[in-house]
Amino acid sequence: MTDNLDNTIPTPSCGGEDLGQVKDHFELFHTDTYQDLFEYKRQFEGAHSRDLVAETAEWTKSWDYREKNFAREALTVNPAKACQPLGALFVAAGFEDTLPYSHGSQGCVAYFRSHLTRNYKEPFQAVSSSMTEDAAVFGGLSNLKAGLENSYTLYKPKMIALCTTCMAEVIGDDIGAYITTAKNEGHIPEDLPVPAAHTPSFVGSHITGYDNMLKSILKTLTKDEKSETTNGKFNFNLGFDPYIGNIRELKRILGLFGVDYTVLSDNSDTFDSPNTGEFKMYNGLTTLADTADSINAEGTVFFQKYTTPKTQEYIAKEWGQKTYNFRPFGIKGTDEFLMTLSAITGKPIPLELQQERGRAVDALTDSQAWIHGKKIALYGDPDHVLSLVQFLLEMGAEPTHIVVTNSNDEFEAEARELLTNSPYGQGGTVWGGKDLWHLRSLMFTEPVDLLIGNSYGKYLWRDTGTPLVRIGYPIFDRHHMHRYATLGYQGAINQFNWIVNTILEELDRKTIVPAKTDISFDLIR
Amino acid sequence: MTTVEDRKALIDEVLEAYPDKAKKLRAKHISVQEAEKADCGVKSNKKSVPGVMTTRGCAYAGAKGVVWGPVKDMIHISHGPVGCGYYSWSGRRNYYIGTTGVDTFGTMQFTSDFQERDIVFGGDKKLAKLIDELGELFPLSQGTTIESECPVGLIGDDIEAVARAKAKETGKPVIPVRCEGFRGVSQSLGHHIANDTVRDWVLPKADEYRKLPDGFEPGPYDVNIIGDYNIGGDAWPSRLLLEEIGLRVISQFSGDGTFNEVVMTPLAKLNLIHCYRSMNYICRFMEEKYGIGWLEYNFFGPTQIAKSLRKIAAQFDETIQAKAEEVIAKYQPRMDAIVDKYRARLEGKKVMMMVGGLRPRHVVPAFTDLGMDVIGTGYEFGHGDDYKRTAEYVNEGTVIYDDVSGYEFEEFAKELKPDLIAAGIKEKYVFQKMALPFRQMHSWDYSGPYHGYDGFEVFARDMDMAINNPTWGLINPPWA
Repeated sequence: MTDNLDNTIPTPSCGGEDLGQVKDHFELFHTDTYQDLFEYKRQFEGAHSRDLVAETAEWTKSWDYREKNFAREALTVNPAKACQPLGALFVAAGFEDTLPYSHGSQGCVAYFRSHLTRNYKEPFQAVSSSMTEDAAVFGGLSNLKAGLENSYTLYKPKMIALCTTCMAEVIGDDIGAYITTAKNEGHIPEDLPVPAAHTPSFVGSHITGYDNMLKSILKTLTKDEKSETTNGKFNFNLGFDPYIGNIRELKRILGLFGVDYTVLSDNSDTFDSPNTGEFKMYNGLTTLADTADSINAEGTVFFQKYTTPKTQEYIAKEWGQKTYNFRPFGIKGTDEFLMTLSAITGKPIPLELQQERGRAVDALTDSQAWIHGKKIALYGDPDHVLSLVQFLLEMGAEPTHIVVTNSNDEFEAEARELLTNSPYGQGGTVWGGKDLWHLRSLMFTEPVDLLIGNSYGKYLWRDTGTPLVRIGYPIFDRHHMHRYATLGYQGAINQFNWIVNTILEELDRKTIVPAKTDISFDLIR
Repeated sequence: MTTVEDRKALIDEVLEAYPDKAKKLRAKHISVQEAEKADCGVKSNKKSVPGVMTTRGCAYAGAKGVVWGPVKDMIHISHGPVGCGYYSWSGRRNYYIGTTGVDTFGTMQFTSDFQERDIVFGGDKKLAKLIDELGELFPLSQGTTIESECPVGLIGDDIEAVARAKAKETGKPVIPVRCEGFRGVSQSLGHHIANDTVRDWVLPKADEYRKLPDGFEPGPYDVNIIGDYNIGGDAWPSRLLLEEIGLRVISQFSGDGTFNEVVMTPLAKLNLIHCYRSMNYICRFMEEKYGIGWLEYNFFGPTQIAKSLRKIAAQFDETIQAKAEEVIAKYQPRMDAIVDKYRARLEGKKVMMMVGGLRPRHVVPAFTDLGMDVIGTGYEFGHGDDYKRTAEYVNEGTVIYDDVSGYEFEEFAKELKPDLIAAGIKEKYVFQKMALPFRQMHSWDYSGPYHGYDGFEVFARDMDMAINNPTWGLINPPWA
């Protein structure tokens, strides 16, 4: 055969080695060559003896270590919280043609963009005033004027949502006045909405920034928009919810109900835009017109009350609107949401949703044996954690170590009440203001069956051997999780599926050694 | 019209979108490579223009994230509010060997988590207490660095005083790194600041801190690997090659490095520097102070590896030179096979790059080895000397962009239609939405290593995967 009928690239011979065997870091460094290299390198490292390292590692698992660990007052290790502007940019990106703008040092924006992008595998566009030493001395007015003019001219947004970094806050930049000056001097049009929020990173966390920015956006866009009558709609806000599937699921539920709604910050397409071969800069789905009209809605529903307290208070007080709080997660949380929605809209709960409830409950009863009595450690933002705790309790799982770094008293009281009222919550402890290094001690001294958290939980998985279910933000080391809903009955099935199958996979991992542990390597579970 | 003229016209067209003042500023940073231009014809290391969407980071990112962060057996405190430490936590894939949380701390985040009261009353007391707590909980740590964030420099804290007092008290190094994010114009100043702290806080006490290996005698072949951050394990194949040609690597600074290796550095005969941009400062200082020479090398792709090995070997005697030839010869057949296999699939493919301070030039020859053509490149934070070094790497007609803005990069890509874009995470999905294959050149897109002969195989495979994967063909629906 001389003619090459197929188009495969011929593999040349090379010293008898198969070229197909390209070894990357997953294999390469485990070859003898590299293992020897590591061993040789040790002599220069000034390393401690292996015995001492092993002994110290053991000690970090002890009650003694736990006590020392919990005695710290100044040090934070592996916190489960980020800073305000991240939330501010996140919420801004849910609005139509809106450019998130961070006033202060430029490195922050590089971080915010990278962080969101790594979680969603999507572009995240935001700009900065790029302030440097001279701005630290003279203030950031000229940076802000140039920044607004350049970003408006280049990126043509309909709205620029401006938040601050801690640099701008410490030097005391008066962003409200600066924006007015920028408009007066013609750097940007007078009528360009530029909601501004003070988002110092030394106050609160990313959820605080979400709240501050959302409130500012609503305040800016609804100015003078109040009409005599309501528009018959309901506003919904999901808070700092990383699951864009939740926004889509909510819209589906509202569609089934026939409720007219506005999602305040719909960033579902921002973080999940179709690949058409064309890059679209703006994908926020909440139109500015709908946002302006949100002041005339029948009411506003919040799914994360600890994320959005200021916005909720503002809407209740300034707009005189009725506000609601729900956590439509798990069965009971969804029940409560649908029943109230039905009550306030006068529309019955759609049959389709009733059937979905049945399916979700069916799923839970099918698998309950694998989750009943399992002890769980979990962490994350306050509302996220409460939703999970409630869901776990209704399945008969036992939330045991609950860590919330960006905690508050009200949340802790609510979490404790939730635990107290369930037979499965009796062993539960709530650790407000603690971090993942505290959690490590908790998991070593009082082991649990399962950990629920973000990707940073994988270090706890590695150290303690506790299998990790990734629910939260950020999730960097698994793909596409954000596309799913965790909300509603469908979301309950999704979360339950992740949880129960993690448990089953762990059982397989523990029973996979032939002739040793594979007695229980069951085909049917 | 020539390519050069075409591309100059393109640059003018793209710049039209800016307001006048910004246009003037940006015009100085973009150019087309011409034969006579020894510096690529661009200005660099200047303030970014506000609002244009620079890809740059800050001094903290350079000091903590790049230079000090990989020193594995020290604790690096992100001193200030919680964000900076959080966003830079485990983001850089600088691999290391060790028991994390016990004798190494690379993938952990330590912060003083400033609250409002710390801003009002200052954070020095908290910092002092924090260092005590570190001692209690992490007794095997070999020292501490304090990377200060924006507020610290603005409220007038004296982290140097805290560092001095605590170093004295604990007998371990405590190094204050003044890398507030508003300092300088990019990460680059952070690298420089970090280098300066090695000069001022570490090397003067190197003899005191150093633990010599049993029976250690300085030898004629002792070298340091400087400025390899071990992304995806890069420094290890590099070390392997240097040891294969007969040299003794006594320090890796800073990828997979330890504090002891940092204080070993003055004992070497030669500093071998990979990332010139971020570590040339300490090399220059060591030359001045200890008379240790330094040499830049490039371990991307077989052509440059061979060139570099010969250049390095030339600094030593014939034994080493002979071994270098042996090593090059030993790997050559496999490299030829790799090139044969992948070149057939990559020949003529056009690449646009935009990376930090080294790779926009260093990686060009690796692409060339695969028959690919780099048509645009630029640095996030390069300086004049980087652009001077770039001129020999790029062909006439290559578009050179310094601190490129999001807008410019998108427009250039639309017009120049490369087959591959090689930049960072913030750009990746922008271009993938445009149906342009993309590889991250900071993190190796979670692959690696790319340095050395072992790394080139992975590099070649990855570029092939990126460009020749069938998913790109699915983007246009059949009915469109």
